[in-house]
Amino acid sequence: MASIQLEKVSVSFPVYSASNRSLKNRLIQSATGGQIRADTVSQRISVVEALQDIDLDLRSGDRLGLVGHNGAGKTTLLRVLGGIYEPNCGRVSVEGSTVPLFDIALGMDQESTGYENIVLRGLFLGLTRRQIKARMDEIAEFTELGDFLNLPIRTYSAGMQMRLAFAVSTSVVPDILLLDEGIGAGDAAFLDKARARLKHFTEQVSIIVLSSHSNDLVRNMCNKAVLMEHGRIAQYGPTEEVLDAYEAKHGTYNKDRSKLGGDEAIAGAGIGRL
Amino acid sequence: MSTTANHGGESPLLLQFRHGLRRDQFDNAIRDIRGGWARRELWMTLAFQDIRRRYRRSKLGPFWITISMGIMVMALGLLYGQIFRQNIHDYLPFLAAGFVIWGLVSTMITDGCQAFIDSDGMIRQLNAPVSIYAYKSIWSNLIIFAHNIWIFFGVALWFGVDLNWNLLWVAPALVVLVANGLWISLFFGLLSARFRDVPLIIGSVVQVFFFITPVIWRPEMLPDRALLLDLNPFYHMVEIVRAPMLGQPANLEHWLAVIAIGVVGWAVTLFFYSAYRWRIAYWV
Repeated sequence: MASIQLEKVSVSFPVYSASNRSLKNRLIQSATGGQIRADTVSQRISVVEALQDIDLDLRSGDRLGLVGHNGAGKTTLLRVLGGIYEPNCGRVSVEGSTVPLFDIALGMDQESTGYENIVLRGLFLGLTRRQIKARMDEIAEFTELGDFLNLPIRTYSAGMQMRLAFAVSTSVVPDILLLDEGIGAGDAAFLDKARARLKHFTEQVSIIVLSSHSNDLVRNMCNKAVLMEHGRIAQYGPTEEVLDAYEAKHGTYNKDRSKLGGDEAIAGAGIGRL
Repeated sequence: MSTTANHGGESPLLLQFRHGLRRDQFDNAIRDIRGGWARRELWMTLAFQDIRRRYRRSKLGPFWITISMGIMVMALGLLYGQIFRQNIHDYLPFLAAGFVIWGLVSTMITDGCQAFIDSDGMIRQLNAPVSIYAYKSIWSNLIIFAHNIWIFFGVALWFGVDLNWNLLWVAPALVVLVANGLWISLFFGLLSARFRDVPLIIGSVVQVFFFITPVIWRPEMLPDRALLLDLNPFYHMVEIVRAPMLGQPANLEHWLAVIAIGVVGWAVTLFFYSAYRWRIAYWV
């Protein structure tokens, strides 16, 4: 059973200016002691509180949408869930295999062939070579790239690279899937196929957390939503409620956004921007 | 997102330290290092790919590593052989062995500093143990070493060096070197991620050590084996590999020194790695 529990989680980033980051300055500071102290006080490292007091409890079957302005802490929260950022305080307990798919092309190498990149992407997703070999045919067939898979992917078009990344990334079903702005995939003819696969893929995942600016995408995919503001959870509840409140609060700006999002998101299966 | 100054008078580094220095953080650090080893297929592939990318579409590919090392050894060997009035038959194999090992040791350190900094994009997107980047840096240096070592064997065969059973000592010596390389990567990688001057400092220190370590000159050339030698960690590291390559077992003191460096280094590294490992993703 997959589950995610966050208790009073806070994350803060110290902002190091270039001068702050150098060892010389630190040494000089301590060497000259009291003299510069007045200066160092005013030069205190400022801290950005990216997340404050986040409580969250997700169980199997939950589809959570994260909405909010840029810099509201959505991505930071996803990274905390993925175990990339460990919080300064609070408790995180995540049960189940987790795959963050922030960039489905992460780790792809332009000089390597399609097949090599399938292996590479698979390793990134936590598969072993043996497991990848077992899936190779299925993945290769799905991409419809045929002999192109023997060429370096720098010869591919952007859409072809996307197909490849999409095919591999959706070949492993994790317990918990973390998405930033959904998953994009290739051209129109490929889309039907991709949509079916993505539907099948997302249905098998126990918990999905999706951060998006497209309200329609969140509506289609999620049964719960969190509205983030200034690193805090401003509202948490059923998707409709939260989105209505969000749209009401930010008026026309967000209506436009959601229209835009409607074009970006491919309705139904929840494929995000391309 | 709100911005606040750090109140309370305590530096954030100290606060982080206190947060990190707990029993469970130590367990996490160990788990991170173990988990990194478990992902070896990933970092081995990444290391290979890095090297391949460096030499992509060149005719000879990674053999340029071998060739440039060969040219270097030849040029230095002929020049310094003359300067030091050495018998070329002994001197060139000595230089080739020393140079190849020096290459391994020094790049393990300088690349180790960059281990986390260079992988910032991946660290922020991939939920893998961060130690994989240290392993990766060590592995790519071992691959390069595997290319370079042929220069030594070429020179050794040409000048008829006595390659005997002592050569087997090279294997355990490399294991000990790599074990040292790993703590060096973790420790200096961590330190460099926070303080960006560290790689530059380390770089110039390593450069100085190249000249005060007997790589191009023999230890015997130094009158009454000064303290300069015994206190030089690089000397011991080079010697445990070089001596068996030249047909002699290394002195026990060199082995003890390198093992001691490893034990102390690992202790310090585990301490800092427990305390600050969780901050790496924030620093890079």
